[in-house]
Amino acid sequence: MRIVRSLLSFQGLLVGGAVVIVGYLAIVPLGYLIHDTFLSSDGTGVSFGAFSRAYGGNAQAGDMLLNSMWFALGSAALALVLGTTLAYVQVRTDTPFKGLFFAASLVPLIVPGILYATSWIFLGDPSTGILNSLVFEPLFGATPINIYSVWGMIWVQGLHLAPVAFLLMVAAFRAMDPSLEESAAMSGANRLTVLRRVTVPLLRPAMISAALLMFVQSLESFEVPGLLGLQNGIYVFTSRIYFVLRAYPVDYGAAGAYAIGLLLIAAAGVLLSSWLQRSSRNFQTVTGKAFRPRPVELGRARPFVGVAVILYFLITVVLPVAVLVYASLLKYYAAPSRKALSSMTLDNYRAVLDMPLAFTAPKNSLLLGVGAATAVMVLTAVVSWVVLRTKAPGRRLLDLLAFTPIVIPGLVLGLALSFVYLRMPLPIYGTLLILLISYCTRYLPYGMRYSSAAMAQMSPELEESAHVSGASWFQTFRRVLLPLMSSGILAGWVYILVVSFRELSSTILLYSPGKEVLSVLIWEQFENGQFTTLAALGVLMVLLLVLLVSIAYRLGARFGLQGDSAN
Amino acid sequence: MLTVESLKKSYDETAGRKAGRHDDTRTYAVGGVDFEVHDGELFTLLGPSGCGKTTTLRSIAGLERPTSGRVTLGGRVLFDAAQGVNMRASRRGFGMVFQSYAIWPHMSVFKNVSFPLEVMPRAKRPGRKEIEERVGQVLDVTELGSYASRPATKLSGGQQQRLALARALVTHPELMLLDEPLSNLDAKLRETMRFELKRLQRELHLTAIYVTHDQSEALVMSSRIAVMNQGRIEQIGKPREIYTKPATRFVAEFIGTSNFLEGTVASVHGQEVQVDTEHGRLVAHEVDKAPAVGESVLVSIRPECVDLSRQPRGNVPNEWSGKVLTRAFMGDVVDHIVGVGKLEIRNRSNPNLSIPPGTEVHFSIAPDKVTLVPVD
Repeated sequence: MRIVRSLLSFQGLLVGGAVVIVGYLAIVPLGYLIHDTFLSSDGTGVSFGAFSRAYGGNAQAGDMLLNSMWFALGSAALALVLGTTLAYVQVRTDTPFKGLFFAASLVPLIVPGILYATSWIFLGDPSTGILNSLVFEPLFGATPINIYSVWGMIWVQGLHLAPVAFLLMVAAFRAMDPSLEESAAMSGANRLTVLRRVTVPLLRPAMISAALLMFVQSLESFEVPGLLGLQNGIYVFTSRIYFVLRAYPVDYGAAGAYAIGLLLIAAAGVLLSSWLQRSSRNFQTVTGKAFRPRPVELGRARPFVGVAVILYFLITVVLPVAVLVYASLLKYYAAPSRKALSSMTLDNYRAVLDMPLAFTAPKNSLLLGVGAATAVMVLTAVVSWVVLRTKAPGRRLLDLLAFTPIVIPGLVLGLALSFVYLRMPLPIYGTLLILLISYCTRYLPYGMRYSSAAMAQMSPELEESAHVSGASWFQTFRRVLLPLMSSGILAGWVYILVVSFRELSSTILLYSPGKEVLSVLIWEQFENGQFTTLAALGVLMVLLLVLLVSIAYRLGARFGLQGDSAN
Repeated sequence: MLTVESLKKSYDETAGRKAGRHDDTRTYAVGGVDFEVHDGELFTLLGPSGCGKTTTLRSIAGLERPTSGRVTLGGRVLFDAAQGVNMRASRRGFGMVFQSYAIWPHMSVFKNVSFPLEVMPRAKRPGRKEIEERVGQVLDVTELGSYASRPATKLSGGQQQRLALARALVTHPELMLLDEPLSNLDAKLRETMRFELKRLQRELHLTAIYVTHDQSEALVMSSRIAVMNQGRIEQIGKPREIYTKPATRFVAEFIGTSNFLEGTVASVHGQEVQVDTEHGRLVAHEVDKAPAVGESVLVSIRPECVDLSRQPRGNVPNEWSGKVLTRAFMGDVVDHIVGVGKLEIRNRSNPNLSIPPGTEVHFSIAPDKVTLVPVD
């Protein structure tokens, strides 16, 4: 009786509702995916036919597997090394241009992967790429750069992910109590020993989880392998799934089999990383407090580090954006020359505005972004409260469920959702709603990250004192919890809004004509070989994202109550 | 009057059930605690960290759900495991000061204090004017009147502490709960706030439960003290009783410093008890309850009750002699460690006395200062 009554309370309904929604988002698509893949062709029994078609003799599955791992591990390694080095230099040394680091870290937010890859096509194409024709050919008489290779893919993906690794590692460096290192120094350890024996072991948990995130994101990336790999027939899991689904007749079973393979690799990555972290769980370096350690003096190396920082900024930010703008002004793409410069025109922008979808696509993107961001942040605020603040049975499972989608690649989710809603008699397939469901599922883990971080850094005593003061659960939630979490929640909201704009890998399987979003529009230009129109569209999209991000930062400054004093 | 009856709290909720055995297999943070708090009293739960004092306080507040037991205030049942009653913390109407103060950083000083009034049930909620008045009053009492509009985070540590107190006071609660409220202040401020808190408690005639691990704080402030150890209460009494008549070895060791000697009761004549120790015989005056002959006891002697002199005084009881081993000057007092055979006796006296190590000395202990602690 008590259980029934407590379930019927407002709080009980909220918690129960959150559990049902999260469970539905995370479990149902995977269930359908597995069911449909193992279903035999006559629809009655279990069959492995899909797997033998997908991985059998002439499918070249071995090459694909190898390429996938090579690409994902390589990109993760590049991103992690770059990101960690940059974070160390930024947080712990007296390097010049500290602000540039954060400007560079905005790149993946405002330049979506599909545009970043396009920029590098303009730069690194073996025949027309600017770096080849303008730098290497005249200087060395050779064109060594081929962006359409696994190394090229790793380069683009790694550079695009490095800022994410950078931000994660900056947080880790800042959260680390410098007195731990100082006491090692007082014990007589030199700088290198301190780094090796204290700093790195303490950062290991953060590095492992960053590495896992980089690995999974590279594994599931569709944009880079799609734009760069397909040209030379270099397949990875994601591009293979796309290829299979675009062939005729469509072999859903084989696509499902690839999807399950991809899922297993991602899950293996998660298991490996939690195994690697098994011993580091005991030391909590993250105290929620921001420390300001005395920076390491670079001394004579300072100017060189400064030059390196500027070079990094030029190569990863200025060059790709500049080449995109340049290409958008040309009729046909060509390396810069007197002729090319004199033929510059705004025709591409005119063409973009004349497209029938010129306004529908951005509108759809905005609708989906706002919808997904709002739904996810409200849901995760409640879920993280249940997970962190209650002793409800099954709260760990809830936490796990909310994080599950992080290992589900976008393309796999798209496939699984189409399995679900092609069968369900609900009018969801072919509407924007299916995209909204997909985005909510994909960004649930990120929303969780923001919400639970905001919740965790808040002492439970702040809520308890409200309870003791006589406030009900709802009063406490509204007047104490939400305002204190608001800056974290707003940051998460903006992040999801912005990443929704660039989402391509699940959208590409789920959109239907008339329901295009911006990223699909860009992909269509690529498929039609309209590179200069693509560039113009890309420039407009970057401008829109810059606008959104800066509005968000403005809002963040207003609502940011405690503000990150470390920034 | 608050009554706590056989309160137990275990954190491994399932251990007992899983093993299919009785409750005894569980580990208890609080293992059966009984006490009463009278109106107008400042009742202290004192003990080392991990002794269960904070868990007890949080159970009274309604922030923890005890495993078993009963808590009542006046006629109201707040918690009763047998009847399945557990009133929500927000309905108990107590004031609480947290160790971290738990000041809401997104509200002003005024808002922090007005919050408990604003969230009252509609029927009891005072009007806006009255809220302003009451907040103003309580801010004046806590000397924060001029800071009302400041953001709460712009206060110093001592001011935040008083703000937390003001917030707890504003509803005129029947019971105040204070969880180590002074432990985050520096030593000087802590001393001032002790008297300040005590004055407020007396003037407003507050009933309060105070949790601390600081024995001098407990002795200064409390009406009565419950000394806790490993989830149980070792002794409840007035500060003077706790100090002079420790009931157990733990209390004697935890409160202040003491010289301990193992002994056996040799004879009892009325209040006069003779105790044989390894190092000689001692006479004690036991007013309350004399032990039986042959019983083993622990003799506890406070260092300030050891009367040190260079010359023997002769006709005084319990006079022993020994050699000064070390002396320690501490400003307001001086300690001498006197060796008697293998035994070391600590003496504490007025700093005028200073005897160099190696000197032969004599000391005596008045029989009523010799405390006999039962050995279990």
